[in-house]
Amino acid sequence: MTILVDEKTRVIVQGITGNEGSFHTKRMLEYGTKIVAGVTPGKGGTKIFDIPVYDTVDEAKREHPEADTSIIFVPARFATDAVYEAIDSGLKLVVVITEHIPIHDSIKFITYARSRGTTIIGPNCPGIISPGKSKIGIMPGNVFLQGNVGIASRSGTLTYEISNVLSKNGIGQSTVIGVGGDPVIGISFTEVMKLYENDPQTKALVLIGEIGGDAEERAAKMVEEKAFTKPVVAFVAGKTAPVGKRMGHAGAIITMGSGSYKDKVETLRSVGIKVAETPFEIPKLVKEVLK
Amino acid sequence: MKLFEFEAKEIIRNYGFSIPESILIKKGDDVEKKIKDSGIEPPLAVKSQVLVAGRGKAGGIKLVKTIEEAIETTKALFETPIKGIKPSYILIEKAIPHEKELYVGLVIDRNDRRPLVLASQYGGIDIEEIARTKPESIIRYPIDPFVGLRSYEARLIGKRIGVVGKALGSFERFLLTLYKAFIEYDAELAESNPLAYLDDRVLPLDLRITIDDNSLYRHKDFAKTEKERLGENTEYEIKGHELGLAFVELDGDVGILGNGAGLTMTTMDLVYGFGGKPANFLDMGGGADAEHVKRCVSFLLQYPKAKKIFINMFGGITRADEVAKGIIMALNETGIKKPVVIRLTGTNEEEGRKILEEAGIEVFNDPIEAAKVVVSR
Repeated sequence: MTILVDEKTRVIVQGITGNEGSFHTKRMLEYGTKIVAGVTPGKGGTKIFDIPVYDTVDEAKREHPEADTSIIFVPARFATDAVYEAIDSGLKLVVVITEHIPIHDSIKFITYARSRGTTIIGPNCPGIISPGKSKIGIMPGNVFLQGNVGIASRSGTLTYEISNVLSKNGIGQSTVIGVGGDPVIGISFTEVMKLYENDPQTKALVLIGEIGGDAEERAAKMVEEKAFTKPVVAFVAGKTAPVGKRMGHAGAIITMGSGSYKDKVETLRSVGIKVAETPFEIPKLVKEVLK
Repeated sequence: MKLFEFEAKEIIRNYGFSIPESILIKKGDDVEKKIKDSGIEPPLAVKSQVLVAGRGKAGGIKLVKTIEEAIETTKALFETPIKGIKPSYILIEKAIPHEKELYVGLVIDRNDRRPLVLASQYGGIDIEEIARTKPESIIRYPIDPFVGLRSYEARLIGKRIGVVGKALGSFERFLLTLYKAFIEYDAELAESNPLAYLDDRVLPLDLRITIDDNSLYRHKDFAKTEKERLGENTEYEIKGHELGLAFVELDGDVGILGNGAGLTMTTMDLVYGFGGKPANFLDMGGGADAEHVKRCVSFLLQYPKAKKIFINMFGGITRADEVAKGIIMALNETGIKKPVVIRLTGTNEEEGRKILEEAGIEVFNDPIEAAKVVVSR
């Protein structure tokens, strides 16, 4: 078992004919992801990589009722609308790759999604992959290996780097999820941890955090309260980041006296979580906790 | 994007909330004439319009008792750098005698994913300071994003920080006005500190609004150039942003370029771990082509703080050969020689390595080893 996505997941790609959308659709198909339809307003009736394109998600869903997930590559100004369209069409999981969505828009569609029972991953995220089963995102498929370590991360490239070094050391992954680099995101670390807790395939968790916010502190609290009982190895990026500056990600900023590297690492360690000094130390720590 | 105090106050005034009478002086204005013509009467507060925190403590706000003093002080403040930055605007405001100062602000609660009102009966000091010294005094009141802030909630918050009598109605109007600005201007922060508490009303003595950068396309009325907003970013950061680069200036001497924010921060941390000091953060982003890599590398070659450069790229969507091509182009076009240490791995690694090695540039596969080397050079 994995969390959220597996070989049964059926995907609609919103923004399938755009540069990003078409590039990554091709790569997802090559990985084996079951993409059943694409949506681009005005391009309905055409095909791309043999995938039928529709004008609306509603039509795509009618023609392909088995579709349960959407991935959104729509540009920021139109992405909010695309998210509501996916939620209203009854899709259960919506992966929002798009970066630069206004934060007040995200707040509303995430709140709305909750009331409708839809899970949002992102925005500003690399997506989700259950190695060997399904890849719904922009990550390079070749760095992952099927296995029993779950990963939750606030970063993109760093996740590929860490998955790569794990795979090379023979440590495979059950599911790898990039929750996104924005201050306000859909599924959070703690929500992902609840899913991993109940997933029999996942034996340990690698948490890849960064400065800003308190997602890592909340994860630590969950461990402390024994709501998450599997071993955890963590890494936090941004040890040397200055206060008050956004480090690339909108959410990676130390503000109002919170979100510093030191606080995060101390909190994680205080509940017994092993924190790696560099990403390359992670395989060793994972092997230790899995013993 | 941080708004200047005078811009934030203009928003509140336009919404119909009365704030102290004021005049705005722009650099180059005839200070004497402008102040005299305005008919404003002392006592006055003369306030340097800079975007740095701790303006008051740094000497950016002066109280004056005469018009002559106001003129002298204004001229002097234009020449006074506040944390290294000279203002382009000075706001002269009617000084309002008051005894009590409150704090009220709106932020976004990242975890609850909704707006949050923060309020305290102790204003005039940083909210961080209040949180440290009087944490129990801070009221945290979450707002439903679909319902918005209701009048009764504004009154409830006012009561909880000790506002009573006639002033309570004024507090209610102020908080509703601030919330309106927070929503309509897509703010990530809107706060008044201090908010003066008078017998019959409240009055925002200072006001700060920060607009979410992702929403700026909806707020073109504030499309002042970054240069005019000096104080939020440094000169080199502004230069970088003009070239479309995610660049943050730091204090060390190792130029850093990575792909992806998390990996770039980790690269900084690695350098630091081996005793080096990063000169910057620069993320080339995902899927950078040779042209974009060239822009990034050229920028670092020309950035005086970077005495040497560490390029750390993990090829996923970004291709190593494109990165290699971009590096060579930058070196050739700028003609600037600095030690450059490159770690290249992932997609098209072999091709990338070949391009660089043919140009006589050493390529590392292990980032730890590369970080050690860059620090030692």
